Amino acid sequence: MNAPVKTLEERKTELQGMGDSRLRKEDARFIQGKGQYCDDIKLPGMLHMDIVRSPVAHGRIKKINKDPAMAIPGVHAVLTADDLKPLNLHWMPTLAGDVAAVLADEKVHFQMQEVAIVIADDRYIAADAVEAVEVEYEELPVVIDPYKAIEPDAPVLREDLAGKTEGAHGPRDHHNHIFTWEAGDKSAADDAFATAPVTVSQHMHYPRVHPCPLETCGCVASFDPVKGELTTWMTSQAPHVVRTVVSMLSGVPESKVRIISPDIGGGFGNKVGVYPGYVCAIVSSIVLGRPVKWSEDRIENISTTAFARDYHMDGHLAATEDGKILGLKVDVVADHGAFDACADPTKFPAGLFHICSGSYDIPAAHCSVKGVYTNKAPGGVAYRCSFRVTEAVYLIERMVDVLAQKLDMDKAEIRRKNFIRKEQFPYTSAFGFEYDSGDYHTALEKVLDAVDYKALRAEQEQKRNDPNCPTLMGIGLVTFTEVVGAGPSKICDILGVGMFDSCEIRIHPTGSAIARMGTITQGQGHQTTYAQIIASELGIPSEVIQVEEGDTSTAPYGLGTYGSRSTPVAGAAIAMAARKIHAKAKKIAAHLLEVAEGDLDWEIDRFKVRGNEEQFKTMADIAWAAYNQPPEGLEPGLEAVHYYDPPNFTYPFGIYLCVVDIDKGTGESSIRRFYALDDCGTRINPMIIDGQIHGGLTEGFAVAMGQQMPFDEQGNLMGNTLMDYFLPTAVETPTWETDYTVTPSPHHPIGAKGVAESPHVGSIPTFNSAVVDAFAHLGVTHMDMPHTSYRVWKKLKEEGIQL
Amino acid sequence: MAKQIVKMNLNGQEIEQLVDSRTLLVHFLREQMNLTGAHIGCETSQCGVCTVDIDGESVKACTHLAVQCDGCEVKTVEGLAEGGVLHAVQEAFYEEHGLQCGYCTPGMLMTSYRLLQDNPNPTEDEIRIGLSGNLCRCTGYQNIVKAVKSAAVKLQQKESATA
Repeated sequence: MNAPVKTLEERKTELQGMGDSRLRKEDARFIQGKGQYCDDIKLPGMLHMDIVRSPVAHGRIKKINKDPAMAIPGVHAVLTADDLKPLNLHWMPTLAGDVAAVLADEKVHFQMQEVAIVIADDRYIAADAVEAVEVEYEELPVVIDPYKAIEPDAPVLREDLAGKTEGAHGPRDHHNHIFTWEAGDKSAADDAFATAPVTVSQHMHYPRVHPCPLETCGCVASFDPVKGELTTWMTSQAPHVVRTVVSMLSGVPESKVRIISPDIGGGFGNKVGVYPGYVCAIVSSIVLGRPVKWSEDRIENISTTAFARDYHMDGHLAATEDGKILGLKVDVVADHGAFDACADPTKFPAGLFHICSGSYDIPAAHCSVKGVYTNKAPGGVAYRCSFRVTEAVYLIERMVDVLAQKLDMDKAEIRRKNFIRKEQFPYTSAFGFEYDSGDYHTALEKVLDAVDYKALRAEQEQKRNDPNCPTLMGIGLVTFTEVVGAGPSKICDILGVGMFDSCEIRIHPTGSAIARMGTITQGQGHQTTYAQIIASELGIPSEVIQVEEGDTSTAPYGLGTYGSRSTPVAGAAIAMAARKIHAKAKKIAAHLLEVAEGDLDWEIDRFKVRGNEEQFKTMADIAWAAYNQPPEGLEPGLEAVHYYDPPNFTYPFGIYLCVVDIDKGTGESSIRRFYALDDCGTRINPMIIDGQIHGGLTEGFAVAMGQQMPFDEQGNLMGNTLMDYFLPTAVETPTWETDYTVTPSPHHPIGAKGVAESPHVGSIPTFNSAVVDAFAHLGVTHMDMPHTSYRVWKKLKEEGIQL
Repeated sequence: MAKQIVKMNLNGQEIEQLVDSRTLLVHFLREQMNLTGAHIGCETSQCGVCTVDIDGESVKACTHLAVQCDGCEVKTVEGLAEGGVLHAVQEAFYEEHGLQCGYCTPGMLMTSYRLLQDNPNPTEDEIRIGLSGNLCRCTGYQNIVKAVKSAAVKLQQKESATA
């Protein structure tokens, strides 16, 4: 009996291609405890490394006594900067054109800085040895405030840069000055402000926060002295770039360096950089000829590896009396800590901060960012966002609210009035970005209707007029545009390597496939979604497509996963590689069907002869033929590699609305409602998109409502454990409502824009907008984050609010 | 370092092991028993990625000594599935997209398992409070809560099928 003929719809459904909420391929191992994370790796003869860290934030190292540590049985080595000097590895280059100490060289520049390492048989002995190393410090004056850092008589932090008046990004005008970077047209912006009838200004601090993935950073370095090969398993969001850096630093040829990013327990930007711990573990393995594991603990993670934000911003808007924005000016002082170790494309020391004109048609704009050294840990990574886009979105969304308040305009109305209109796309901003596509008005109305915005405002009005109401009600509205998918290699590179990404697809003779990628999933579900793109492009079921990433010896070179670049860049590489295969498959199909290529039509999973439904070859038929009867002149096999260099960034956008009720007695904020509409262009897996949005909103909630890394005057980080640093639990976390519109990117092969970071970027100013809105009737225009109950309670007292 | 003999029932198997008295349970499981499902995230009992079940209670293995488990019944995520069949909480986390990076998942599963043993029909608030010792940075908990609800239904159906 013949199998029943499947309908087109059935064939399409079976592929589980783009648009399908297929369940995740990676889950089977994780739900059974069979994931393989870095700390799960155990090699024969493996030793453990631990780090001696500085208790002081600024000081001179007078003496290090290793002897008591070396006397502990099971300790193999204690190494300091002096031991690394002969190898020239005591300092290393940063991604931002600066250098960072691998182990403190004569001076420490921040609390918890790496001073020495110990290598021992197990992690317990290593921890004992860390305690036993004796270090004497001469304390030096500490600089925590970035404004004080650039006062004329501020202490010199970086003695290694003495006399260096030229930095990686232009002239340095002070010993603690790193760079000043500008974008836009200053004179045009000044002109706009000189003639504008209305101007507003607001100072705001975006606090220093930490991405804090649940898995900390770590690695297992294994140098084979016989083969001269170095293999390192590492918690890295960018294994290929790490391979290049490791080769440059160690002198081991890149062909003999293999970096493997195994399963990664969340990254959020924390795992982009190359940290001293990695370098020391690698050096130790090379020196000792044995595998060496380093696993950071939580205190080390929060204290030292890659913080985010810490931008002190002054925003200014110029506008007409009826709320049309005429000009934007922004001045930022950026606290980069002790070494400039931001992870940004080389030419952009403030990342893509100049997206700060947002979703608005602003004719004149200028921004200036001044990077400054302080006695804090280095970093400045993109915490679940594209490079400094979170800071930019926060700035413009806050400023638009401030302007609306000054003009007594509704938040929605002022946005409607200033949005870039649908017909203006592609739109070039005053900062020079070419926004690819958008329809902000439609999305805004959809959200306002969904939540019944008018009714919310009426309720708020009524509550404000009721002195017995126990709560203050605030409504936050944010209409953000992101810039992601870095990026075009003509302007974006990391250490000189263009920010393309790559995909290699092989179709096996029996019609299943493997795809290898230059990116690396950290929870985004690449093994699921990448297969869906191939399924739709090539008509092979997702289920039989394996996706592999993270092993530099098998995957093509790529720049990794951060800045929402996986879908915009690698997703495009997949489609392009698949299309190369598709083109070859068509030649094979024509050969098999004995017709011209022009007589063939593609339909879901097969080429069929036009006008003859019975004559067709499925991709599985073609795959078999590719390995045994390719047409004459065509090489056997069915595979392709594509390195995709994007012509532009992509510009996802969203409209978020939040309703908060603040308890007048306690300052506690209760998020009554959070409605998030995202437009990420073409949607590959709606289930995963929703999951990414839930997660991003929750991280945004954490930043806005509780996260901060406060320092005292001595440079002590006040709170570097999960007892102090706020990660919301299931109890505090609000319930999220999600929605979407679809405005595909015109320049992306499948129209996708990327989504995972939008909810973080967009939600933070939304929470902020809601909390400030609760106080707006009292004339309050801005409150700095985080909005902890205590800080909000203080504000209530300040404003004389009581129950 | 003084070593002690520790006997326990680990995932249904009686075991006897020599351990350093200061060895934490999480290190014992991961490094000595090669059960790497329980992870390490904070070392201060905050994050719950190391959660295992000891004598019918959820315990954070990062602040529990291996020697404290002498004579105990210990279950880890590796012991959840029986005879190659996934436990209802495992199935539900998969079906409801209750995990992303997977790092918190073993601890979440073990806490959910215990929660549903103790309270077979929890409300959403009870689930959220029950999971408040387990942090997740990826999912925002929404799908985890759905998964626990779904697992509760599955377990009840199983119960009534065998009753």
